[in-house]
Amino acid sequence: MYKYDKIDQQLVNERVAQYRDQTRRYLAGELSEDEFRPIRLQNGLYIQRLAPMLRIAVPYGLLSSKQLHKLGDIAKKYDKDYGHFSTRQNLQLNWPKLEDVPDILAELATVEMHAIQTSGNCIRNITTDQFAGVAPDELFDPRAMAEIIRQWSTFHPEFALLPRKFKIAVSGTKEDRAVVQMHDIGMEFFKNENDDIRIKVWVGGGLGRTPILGSVIHENLEWQHALSYCEAIVRTYNMHGRRDNSYKARIKILVKAIGIEAFKEQVDAEWAHSKNGPLTITQAEFDRVSTYFEPMPYETLPANDVSFDTQLASNPAFAAWVKRCVHPHKTAGYRAITLSLKTHGEAPGDASSAQMHTVAELADGYSFGELRVSHEQNLILADVKLSDLFTVWEKARAAGLATPNIGLLTDIICCPGGDFCNLANAKSIPIAKSIQAQFDNLDYLHDIGEIEINISGCMNACGHHHVGHIGILGVDKGDTEWYQVSLGGKQGNDASLSAVIGPSFSAEEMPSVIQKLIDVYVRERTPEERFIDTVRRLGMEPFKTHLYAEKIEVTT
Amino acid sequence: MSQLIKGNQIAPDEWTRVIPPSFGDEPVRKQAGKVVMFKLHDEETFTQKQIDATEIPATGKVLLPLTIWLAKKDSLAARMAAGEIGIVLQTHEPIEKLVEAFDDLNKLPVIAIYVQIFADGRNFTLGNLLRTRYDFNNELRAVGDIMRDQLYFLKRSGFDSYLIKEGRNAEEAIASLDDFKQPYQGATDDVPVWRRVSRS
Repeated sequence: MYKYDKIDQQLVNERVAQYRDQTRRYLAGELSEDEFRPIRLQNGLYIQRLAPMLRIAVPYGLLSSKQLHKLGDIAKKYDKDYGHFSTRQNLQLNWPKLEDVPDILAELATVEMHAIQTSGNCIRNITTDQFAGVAPDELFDPRAMAEIIRQWSTFHPEFALLPRKFKIAVSGTKEDRAVVQMHDIGMEFFKNENDDIRIKVWVGGGLGRTPILGSVIHENLEWQHALSYCEAIVRTYNMHGRRDNSYKARIKILVKAIGIEAFKEQVDAEWAHSKNGPLTITQAEFDRVSTYFEPMPYETLPANDVSFDTQLASNPAFAAWVKRCVHPHKTAGYRAITLSLKTHGEAPGDASSAQMHTVAELADGYSFGELRVSHEQNLILADVKLSDLFTVWEKARAAGLATPNIGLLTDIICCPGGDFCNLANAKSIPIAKSIQAQFDNLDYLHDIGEIEINISGCMNACGHHHVGHIGILGVDKGDTEWYQVSLGGKQGNDASLSAVIGPSFSAEEMPSVIQKLIDVYVRERTPEERFIDTVRRLGMEPFKTHLYAEKIEVTT
Repeated sequence: MSQLIKGNQIAPDEWTRVIPPSFGDEPVRKQAGKVVMFKLHDEETFTQKQIDATEIPATGKVLLPLTIWLAKKDSLAARMAAGEIGIVLQTHEPIEKLVEAFDDLNKLPVIAIYVQIFADGRNFTLGNLLRTRYDFNNELRAVGDIMRDQLYFLKRSGFDSYLIKEGRNAEEAIASLDDFKQPYQGATDDVPVWRRVSRS
């Protein structure tokens, strides 16, 4: 993975000093609340319901074991011994003290980490596929470009105070796993017939209050122009995005208002000035950054392993885990694995300090000392030998990290919700837990098969409810919390946004609501048909009919 | 009172900024009960009534809002020639209007960009464009809700003087012009880091 040189380290150190002084001035009353807000947000610090929340950047989801050990230490020392991995592949601390944040940043800087631009109206963490570099269907490893874009966007002087937050995702696979279509800019890298690296650029996607999938603004961009083209887009947005209404301030609203054709014309006019200028990425810089992402020093291994086959055949629990949590790898004899942070009864995405240390040790022992965070809020060891899988499973299981539910109903994407977040209309974690309790039988879960349930506590959609096969949105009616259910969202190449099924439900009703939707699916599905495909084939009606046919029984 | 930073030090301000009077009947836009401070691109800056009532000091160097200049320029030609007129552009005003108003922008000793609130980052793009696209070489000044925490970004966006808002310590703020010594990306002041230094 990328290693800091003197320049990277100096920037992060200077940031610690800058933020320390900003915090000092705020505490001394030299900065007002309103003035400090954009400053602390650009450093990932929210003032939440019960305490501040600090969001630590995990650039494109990649972590070293040393970094994860440090995160575990920080969570113990400054927080309540746990952290929350977010849908933006970052780590959130829910209980740090505002005055401690400069010290936390100083500790992070010792392991080449920071909280720069993890919130606020600026360019946020660049995200990508959690299997980047190892996925068999990969056409281009996007990590070097993600790093180049990260550096370009870090303290970009022109884009420090945009109309609204700005999210960029990159991917380089046939099967999109980075949800590029729901980003302000999505970049899908591919190779053309001459083997040149090109980019399909999407713009104006986003969830939130007005969910929109992105539009293609460039079909075939040469990689050398990635930065100048992004700069033209963001500059156009900075000047013309709506600042008068924060709900209409994202780039998607601008693109929608003037149309993708007119927007592209503006961007192209802007780009004409900078194309082939100093922002053009040189081969030398691309090569320099790429050296950090070369393939791991893999052993030459056979495609099969007898001990693995034996355990697989004789141990059903191991087999169930392999089926859900082990993923194919480019290199013979290796696999990527997902460590589930979706243990039934725990808040989705949460990891204790002890679990972080365990995962760091597993990474050191079995996966070249690196790991990844997925936007589905799980942790990934990307390079595990087939012959090590059983051992890794046993250790992960002992640490509560081997629930065989990846891609299944209880692998719920969930924002922190009303338990922590100031913006939330309703709690989301208890809903996730109650659904997990309703579907606690693993055989049943496997029988239901692949399905994604995404929960957001408000329309800001941190839980990506619009692209869940079942989306759940917390809504506020007077003083009580209600949940709006939608169906038919999907991430991936054939992404779609879900539609609301009908009137909302109380928290108590939610497990039985999901149960009824599943009952209709199980009744109607054809062999091998996934939930989303049944929804797409039949439409909303049979689900709606069953759901609202009688008053929902309240489970007690 | 506001203090001016220029050339990395506190400097006397020779310019008087002309501010049109407010009559209290200017249109006010509200969003969820709160006044919207951000004007949209190309929105009207001052009403005709405000423009008519604006008084320009008879002598000395004055910073005039672009709107006021356009309305009264015929009577100000001599002072312009004498180098006594600078122009204030607000962040929502199209830069093209400024560029079209002068056959040579460098006849202006000062252009000031006024930002009503800190969080409005359009001033950065405007500064950048004035320096890189329109080749403005004279003083580029940041005015309005300007404080220490924008200075580094303003400097890299082409500004070279900063009117720190009232009540803020401008002496201490000077240090922030230099918050980061080796930035990653190119801007008006430099090329991207990989063209600047050898990193291998």
